[in-house]
Amino acid sequence: MESLAKVLTKHPFLQGLDQRHIDFITGCGKNVVFKQDEFLFREGDEANQFYFIRHGKVLIETYIPEKGPVAIQTRQSGDVTGWSWMIPPYHWHFDARAVELTRAIALDGKCLRDKMDEDHELGYLLMKRFATLMAERLEATRIQLFDMYGGTTKT
Amino acid sequence: MAVGINDDPMMPRQFKIQRLKRDTVDTFSMELKPVSDPKEFNFLPGQFNMLYVFGVGEVPISISGDPTKPEKLVHTTRAVGNVTNAMDNLKKGQTIGVRGPLGTSWPVEKAEGNDIILVAGGIGLAPLRPVMYYLLAHRESYGKVVLLYGTRTPGDILFQKELENWRSRLDLEIHITVDRGTGSWRGNVGVVTNLIARAPFDHLNCTAMVCGPEIMMRFSALGLQKRGVDGKDIYVSMERNMKCGIGLCGHCQIGNIFVCKDGPVFRYSDIREIFTRREF
Repeated sequence: MESLAKVLTKHPFLQGLDQRHIDFITGCGKNVVFKQDEFLFREGDEANQFYFIRHGKVLIETYIPEKGPVAIQTRQSGDVTGWSWMIPPYHWHFDARAVELTRAIALDGKCLRDKMDEDHELGYLLMKRFATLMAERLEATRIQLFDMYGGTTKT
Repeated sequence: MAVGINDDPMMPRQFKIQRLKRDTVDTFSMELKPVSDPKEFNFLPGQFNMLYVFGVGEVPISISGDPTKPEKLVHTTRAVGNVTNAMDNLKKGQTIGVRGPLGTSWPVEKAEGNDIILVAGGIGLAPLRPVMYYLLAHRESYGKVVLLYGTRTPGDILFQKELENWRSRLDLEIHITVDRGTGSWRGNVGVVTNLIARAPFDHLNCTAMVCGPEIMMRFSALGLQKRGVDGKDIYVSMERNMKCGIGLCGHCQIGNIFVCKDGPVFRYSDIREIFTRREF
C-alpha cells in the first residue's frame, strides 16, 4: 500500500503546496476504513476531521422526520469531503454514510486548525483550496435545485 | 448512410404502431412500421420526425432507435402536452403520421478516431441512443466511449436494461447519477455535471455530444470546457417549438437560426450566445 505521504503528495487538492506543509498535513492523517452503511460523521457531532476518499463511495445525507434519510450528493474516490471542521461552531451539518466499503485518509482538523492559525501561509493555501471546493459544491447544489429534468426537454 | 426523405416534406406518411413500451412512469417508446413502401426508414443519429396524431396535432420527436436497423423506426417521448398525451393513449396497430427524417445529425463520422463523451440529461438520452448504437456498430473507429447520464430519480432512468448491458462491456464507460437518491439506490447522487470532472477522456482528441434541458447543456458545456475541451468539439441538441420542421414557418427561429433546419444539432461554439441571452 502507498504511504500516506505519497498519496497526499500526489493528490490534486494539495498540488502546489510546499513539502513542509504536506509533511505537516501528513502528520495529521491516518488511514481509515468504513464498512457499508457505517457513518463517517453524523449531523450535530463535533467536526474534527475531513477525509480524502481513496476508494469507495460516501453519501452525504440528512434525516427528515417521517421521511427518513434524504440523499444529497455522493463523494467518491479522489474526492475531499468535510469542511465543517474549519468553520465555527465546528459541528457537522449533514450525515456522511459509506454506501460501500470505503477507504479514506482522515485528517485531524483540530490539529490543522491550530496550525493554520499559527502559520497563516498554510492557512491561506488550505483556505483557498477549500473555498474552491465549496464554490464547486455550491454550484452543483444550485444546479440540483433547478430540478431541471422536471420540465419538457427534447424527446 | 443513405437517408430517404419524402418527396413532399409536408406530407406525412402513415406508420403503424408495432410495439409500445413504457420506459418510465411518464415516458414511452413506440416502434413504427410504414404502411406502404418503402419499408425501410433511413436516418442519421440526432435527426427527428414530425409525428402526427390524427385529429390532434403534430410534434417534433427525436428518433431513438438504431440507425443500423432501418426496418424499425423507434421514438421515445414523454407525455407532457396534448399531442404526446394523445400519443400515449394510442394502441398497438393504430396509425400515426410521420414526416421526416428532419434536421442535422450528431457528427459521428467526423468524430472518428476521437474519444467520445456523451452527456445526457433526463429524456435527453433518447436522441443520443442512436449515437450509442452507431458507435457500437463501428466501435473500432473510436477511442474511449463515455456516457454520463443524469436523471431526477432512479425511477426516471430510461433504457435500464440497455444501460446495464452497456455497463457490462469493457469498452464503454457508463456513469449514471440522480438528483434525488430514492429507495435502495446506491449509485451516484448529484448533478450530471459532477461526472464530467472525473470522466476519463483525452480533452485534446475528443468529441462531446450533449443532450438534455438547456440549462443542463449550458452547465455541461462549461464543465467540459473546464476540462479543456474546445467549444468547437462540443455539440448540443436544441429544442424549440416547431411547426413546419423545414425552415419555412419561423416558429423555431432564434436570431438567424432555424432550429429545425440548421439544427437541432449544433456546434456549441456556434450558438453559445443563445444559452445566455435573455432576448432569445
